[in-house]
Amino acid sequence: MKITGAQALIRALEMERVETIFGLPGGCILPAYDPLLDSPIRHILVRHEQGAGHMAEGYAHVTGRPGVCLVTSGPAATNMVTPLMDAYMDSIPMVCITGQVPTTAIGTDAFQECDTVGITRSTTKHNELVMTAQDLPMAVRQAFHIATTGRPGPTLIDVPKDVLTNSMDWYWPSDEEVIDSLPGYRPTTKGDPALIKEAAKLILASERPVLYAGGGILKARAAEALRELAELTGIHVVTTLMARGAFPDDHPLCLGMPGMHGNATAVTAMQRSDLLVALGARFDDRITGKIPAFAPEAKVIHVDIDPAEQGKVRKPDVPIVGDCKLVIEELIKAIKDLLQGGSTQADIGAWKSRISGWQEQFPLHYEPSEPGEALKPQFCLEQLRDNAPEGTILVSGVGQHQMWSSQYWKFNEPYTWVNSGGLGTMGFSVPAAIGAKVGQPDRTVWAVDGDGCFQMTAQELVTASVERIPIKVAILNNSYLGMVRQWQEMFYEERYSEVYLSPEVPDFVKWAEAMGCVGIRVDSPEEVQPAIDKANSVDDRPVVVDFRVDAREKVFPMVPAGFSNDDLLLPGTQQANRGALK
Amino acid sequence: MSDINHHILSVLVQNRPGVLARVSGLFARRGYNIFSLAVAPAEQEGFSRITIVVDLESASLEQIVKQLFKLIEVVKISELDPRSSVERELLLATISATGDERGQVVELVNIFEGKILAVGVDAITVSLDGFPDKLDDFVELLTEYGIVEMQRTGRVALPKLQRHLERQIERKAT
Ligand SMILES: Cc1ncc(C[n+]2csc(CCOP(=O)(O)OP(=O)(O)O)c2C)c(N)n1
Ligand SMILES: [Mg+2]
Repeated sequence: MKITGAQALIRALEMERVETIFGLPGGCILPAYDPLLDSPIRHILVRHEQGAGHMAEGYAHVTGRPGVCLVTSGPAATNMVTPLMDAYMDSIPMVCITGQVPTTAIGTDAFQECDTVGITRSTTKHNELVMTAQDLPMAVRQAFHIATTGRPGPTLIDVPKDVLTNSMDWYWPSDEEVIDSLPGYRPTTKGDPALIKEAAKLILASERPVLYAGGGILKARAAEALRELAELTGIHVVTTLMARGAFPDDHPLCLGMPGMHGNATAVTAMQRSDLLVALGARFDDRITGKIPAFAPEAKVIHVDIDPAEQGKVRKPDVPIVGDCKLVIEELIKAIKDLLQGGSTQADIGAWKSRISGWQEQFPLHYEPSEPGEALKPQFCLEQLRDNAPEGTILVSGVGQHQMWSSQYWKFNEPYTWVNSGGLGTMGFSVPAAIGAKVGQPDRTVWAVDGDGCFQMTAQELVTASVERIPIKVAILNNSYLGMVRQWQEMFYEERYSEVYLSPEVPDFVKWAEAMGCVGIRVDSPEEVQPAIDKANSVDDRPVVVDFRVDAREKVFPMVPAGFSNDDLLLPGTQQANRGALK
Repeated sequence: MSDINHHILSVLVQNRPGVLARVSGLFARRGYNIFSLAVAPAEQEGFSRITIVVDLESASLEQIVKQLFKLIEVVKISELDPRSSVERELLLATISATGDERGQVVELVNIFEGKILAVGVDAITVSLDGFPDKLDDFVELLTEYGIVEMQRTGRVALPKLQRHLERQIERKAT
């Protein structure tokens, strides 16, 4: 049957069971928007293409399904570069379709032409310029296959306008044809049994083990398996910024977040450990601190689906390439086999009491404000957390508020935390929260944003209002690019250079109202609870709460960039006792 | 640690637009200079073989090989050990040579078993193929006469027969 390329594209997306597209039309992609009118796919019209990209990411984060964007050529394609890179860094499955000038005009500097595949070559897992309508179904299938298998990531299909208008004979490639068409793409999912056995032995022999859980646990949907492994062995778990929620914070074996702003116990447990079991984690510099000084006595078991992560930063003693869920399940079997065969686990009792000693002495800490003093951001987060309905999803921006969110929230369920970890993209939270809410409409979605971040993508609240996507946004407004201010205070002798925003402009309440949202301003601790109650009660439109918080507050603990994790700076009086972190 | 060396990578790729840009991009973004690069269709239809010579530490090489594997179109990569592979390169050069010099250049070409491709009034164009070191020697001797223009292809290489000593870094199913 003859149909147009545009019809084939939309039909292919339907075949891939796409329910929602985030996008914005324009000249070159126009033909694709026409058959969209007759499709059951929901299209969410964004106000800026970057927003579409982050929405797709938020959607993918909470559903595990690829987020899909549809945008035009040239400026729209370049607007997508940041979210594509963001998704690439955080291994988010996403498919982006860009319009392109007609094949006959490519290379002529035509209106709104840009070298999209060239520009996005290093910000995607794979991209493809489709030159004939007949190739479209295969290109779509490949894009979804590549985005969602192996280490997930963003893919892009660049479609010239005439490819959309030309006709083609509809066909739908089989799984086999797709796989045959990609002879160089064969992700390894099953771990090597011999190495898994070796890992099991190391785990049983270790006296100071730590399970180092990264975002790969969530990508592999391995949270249950991780929990079983932890409970079987009694080994503590740290959850990286990308893995918050992969292991419940209220579990007695949970140590929370390690790294630059991790809690003292999580950081120190890794430092002193004799065995790190890295599960879908990549030894990011924000985790390791100064690499040669990182966990100097630890052997390393590294489970990762991406062979390039093995040995990239830290040479593993046991490298296991495979899907985290499959490998952990096999690891559990191997450990059980060893135990049944008469092996015993080394005594980790002394280690556990060291850990609980650290936990007691070095909890997260901030100085609550005295009556009449400025509001503390951490206090706002505690109140938001304690009043959040069951199953609430938290989405953050990038900066101090992000670190406090990760530190002070209690993530007891996977897929309830969405943030921009690898790229650290300011402006992520509002659109990502919208995408998350579209993916999980029955859950409350709170975005915690900075006043700086909010001003980068706030316009997407117009999208949220018009499309009736009732997210809630808490701005921890310190009138500063707070994280940068913190570095200038600590490392540049309080010489504040270009970090002061403005306490008066914009008026966030009026801005929120202008975008069709409810706007609430909070200046004092007493106003916090009523404001949160009100925000939680609104469910027909987005809400923005402008929390005016203390600008002097800093994020602690902190490992200054380039320093060893042993040089962790602790809050207030804890610093004096740091000798106990041995 | 620093054992910077010539490494020869033989990379089998799907022959598709952009694949060379992807491969070279991986080296470029890390600031590694490709010493030579040769690409042409391989024995199997739809595939090309890229021979890359690059100067790197072994540790960096391992990482870049893994990154190359992540490219969807890369099907197979072998690092070829110079001791157990055959290497060839082709050179074309135009040498200024008049009078007596012309005879000397012709003699050099004969000694090296090269070929004379064209003869002009004051220059001749020659070709030579062989092991890259041999080409280097040839070039050095020709320099005395004045090289007007020169083009080398960059090396191509294959593992030696019988002795499977080349280090197969990894193999993906084709
Ligand atoms: C797009 C982008 N530009 C710059 C930065 C560098 N940066 C990191 S955090 C930060 C400050 C963020 O300010 P705000 O949103 O107010 O959050 P706060 O730190 O005050 O909580 C900046 C500028 C970034 N991460 N992303
Ligand atoms: Mg701020």
